[in-house]
Amino acid sequence: MQTVKMVVTGPFNSGKTEFIKSVSEIDVVSTERKISTEAERVKETTTVAMDFGRITVDDELVLYLFGTPGQKRFDFMWEILSEGMLGFIVMVDSARPETFREARGILQTFRAYAPTPYVVAANKQDAEDAWEVEDLRIALKLDGKIKMLPCTATKKDSVKEVLLELLYSIQEETDLKK
Amino acid sequence: MALKGNLRDFSVLQIFNLVNLARKTGTLTLEGPNVAAWVSFREGKLIHAQLGNEDGTLLGVLAKAGKIGPQQTKIIKQNAADKTDKELGLLLINAGYLNQQDILASLQHYVLDVVYRLFSWLDGFFRFDSDVLPPDDNITIRLDLENVIMEGSRRMKQYEHLVEEIPNLDMALNFVERPGANIRNVHLNTMEWKVVSYINPKNTLRQIAKANKMNEMEIRGIVYGLLEAGLVEFVRPEGMPLPPQARSFKPVEEKERSKLVNRLIDRIRSL
Repeated sequence: MQTVKMVVTGPFNSGKTEFIKSVSEIDVVSTERKISTEAERVKETTTVAMDFGRITVDDELVLYLFGTPGQKRFDFMWEILSEGMLGFIVMVDSARPETFREARGILQTFRAYAPTPYVVAANKQDAEDAWEVEDLRIALKLDGKIKMLPCTATKKDSVKEVLLELLYSIQEETDLKK
Repeated sequence: MALKGNLRDFSVLQIFNLVNLARKTGTLTLEGPNVAAWVSFREGKLIHAQLGNEDGTLLGVLAKAGKIGPQQTKIIKQNAADKTDKELGLLLINAGYLNQQDILASLQHYVLDVVYRLFSWLDGFFRFDSDVLPPDDNITIRLDLENVIMEGSRRMKQYEHLVEEIPNLDMALNFVERPGANIRNVHLNTMEWKVVSYINPKNTLRQIAKANKMNEMEIRGIVYGLLEAGLVEFVRPEGMPLPPQARSFKPVEEKERSKLVNRLIDRIRSL
């Protein structure tokens, strides 16, 4: 069985969990296990701090979607998650301009970890005060070549569209390398 | 007919507001994810609260408040186990252990502590049963809801901010290693020291909170202070497993990539 992964990142509350939930065939989970070493003073179940969804492609291929913990404080998790990813999606809450700068920072960090293709999803486009995609591009100082897509993470079709665009970008990059 | 619903649609704070405005008498039952709670009102005043199996008896409340010591608690349990709260209260006053003010203040503190914790419940069911009140032998208090709502509202804002800053309690902390960041030089209160004593990469915040019998707000508040002071930083808890898939991805070989991406595209389209 071959497994591939994509990472969904972005600031806290930008819609990463909803995004994964919309297309995952399993409940978006954080795995758990018991800490059992005697040295531990407090013993209880501990939980992995990340969202984790799955799409089975066929008998031989599974796609995993990993949502990163949104806060800069948890950035030690990001590098681990970025290892071996096919590509990544940066979620931006279009209605919260105060998070745009952070989103840009996260994007740059992930670019540094792995130069894989990525797209930016302008989420919460259904919100009344959502910024338009092109305004958001200016605010995020993104090059015109970078794919910026309108998104409503709670709608499956919208999420599919973002995933497909990322896959097209990966395909284009693969073709270029040939 | 009881008023009932989901806390996602109607917050605890909003229910309190309604009870206050309508001057309702009755008991509000809240069913959270792991525990239930009961809050009673008389003519819009808060009179009683009980959280799950917590010892909300007069003896338990007085012991928790430090008004009676462990030895006294033991003796009272042995000799007055059959007494109701009202009878026990009277006994303690007559014996000169406590006065009425001590008893009411302790109960008030307990009830408010329960209620403020309930304000942070964002999910679960509620039901308000009119005219249902605690048993007559319970000692009730009488608190104006306006003040409770104002304080609750302030705490909720604070709580929301803390949740935004520390969204996850399943992370561990470690002390920052940099010149000047020495925890020994910092003035900490008892609760902060208790938390500090458990800080190491083996313990998650949730575990530390449980060990210190703190609620989520309390642990978040203390940890936020330590983070802001630059004394600690988040680390991945030792032994915390990543889902195996998170690390075991082999890079896809270039020659396979195109085919693989096409399969992924087909699958996503078919969703």
